[in-house]
Amino acid sequence: MKDRKSDFLRGARANVPVAASAMAYGSVLGVLASQKGLSWLDMMYMNSAVFAGAAQFVMVDMWSGHLPILEMALAVLVINLRYLLIGASLEPLFAGRGFLHKMCVMHLVADENWAVTMSEQRRGRATTWFLFGGGVFLYLAWSSGTLVGLLGGGLIKRPEVYALDFAFTAVFSALAVGLWRGKKDILPWIVAGGAAYLAHESLPGKWYIVVGGLAGAIAAMSRPCEPAGDKGEKDACGN
Amino acid sequence: MPAAIETQVLVAVGLAAVVTYALRLGGLLLAARFPRAGRFRQGMDALPGALLFSLVVPSIVSEGIWGVVATALTAIVALRSRNTLAAMLSGMLVIFIARKLGQ
Repeated sequence: MKDRKSDFLRGARANVPVAASAMAYGSVLGVLASQKGLSWLDMMYMNSAVFAGAAQFVMVDMWSGHLPILEMALAVLVINLRYLLIGASLEPLFAGRGFLHKMCVMHLVADENWAVTMSEQRRGRATTWFLFGGGVFLYLAWSSGTLVGLLGGGLIKRPEVYALDFAFTAVFSALAVGLWRGKKDILPWIVAGGAAYLAHESLPGKWYIVVGGLAGAIAAMSRPCEPAGDKGEKDACGN
Repeated sequence: MPAAIETQVLVAVGLAAVVTYALRLGGLLLAARFPRAGRFRQGMDALPGALLFSLVVPSIVSEGIWGVVATALTAIVALRSRNTLAAMLSGMLVIFIARKLGQ
């Protein structure tokens, strides 16, 4: 019980750096939403039910008097396809957890608390409560940002001026350092980065994340199985 | 009294929420059926790093040489200090200065 609480709080704290930027971008979304005529109730409904930054920006952009319901759902599907891979990568963390627990925690998985949790897991200190603490904290930061923007105008009109858009890139880069597994990652990361760049240039939306992640994983599969005993790691071939 | 939510908003946002949640939970549940060893496992083990790296590459490249400098500094600070906040701020500072100079 005590562990849950401390893991939850640790997860919340670990997301503080990125939550500030999430809040600033939430306020930008709030301003756009007020121009489209969303009420605070609409906004909070969307924050609570969807809870996915990029998808919410597109939804607000598509907002009109007569909502294009199916087009909106399709756009959200494409933008959030990466969550399929993010969800799959969390499977080891959830090992042994009940279905209800999975159902509750997974709702509040965003790029940010996922990345923070993956980096923490590499140090052997991540739990699902750590992930959940980050999710709740991000939800509060994101939601309050959107409401400030909606009701009071933007916190910061142009976050790019303060390089706040680069905050996400910088945090994810810092966390990626923690996920680096040494020279066996050289090929997968080169392939992932190259594929992501090409996809970003040629495909719309967030496809590049899916394409890059899959390409990197497939590149890793091409590596011959390592013999057991490599720095005490378990044999990848299952021996 | 807050305005009630319109039916079309209820449906549109609800559908988007169902789609998003299905992807989140679906990925997790699907992965439980994946092979636990062999090449497939190798791919799954490499997935988090590959995904995270894919997430940042286009935005680094779009900043040009300064993006690379900012990311290198971020990585060095992250390695040395193990402090994500310090790493993030140093990367942002480089971009902030680069954009000021570029104006």
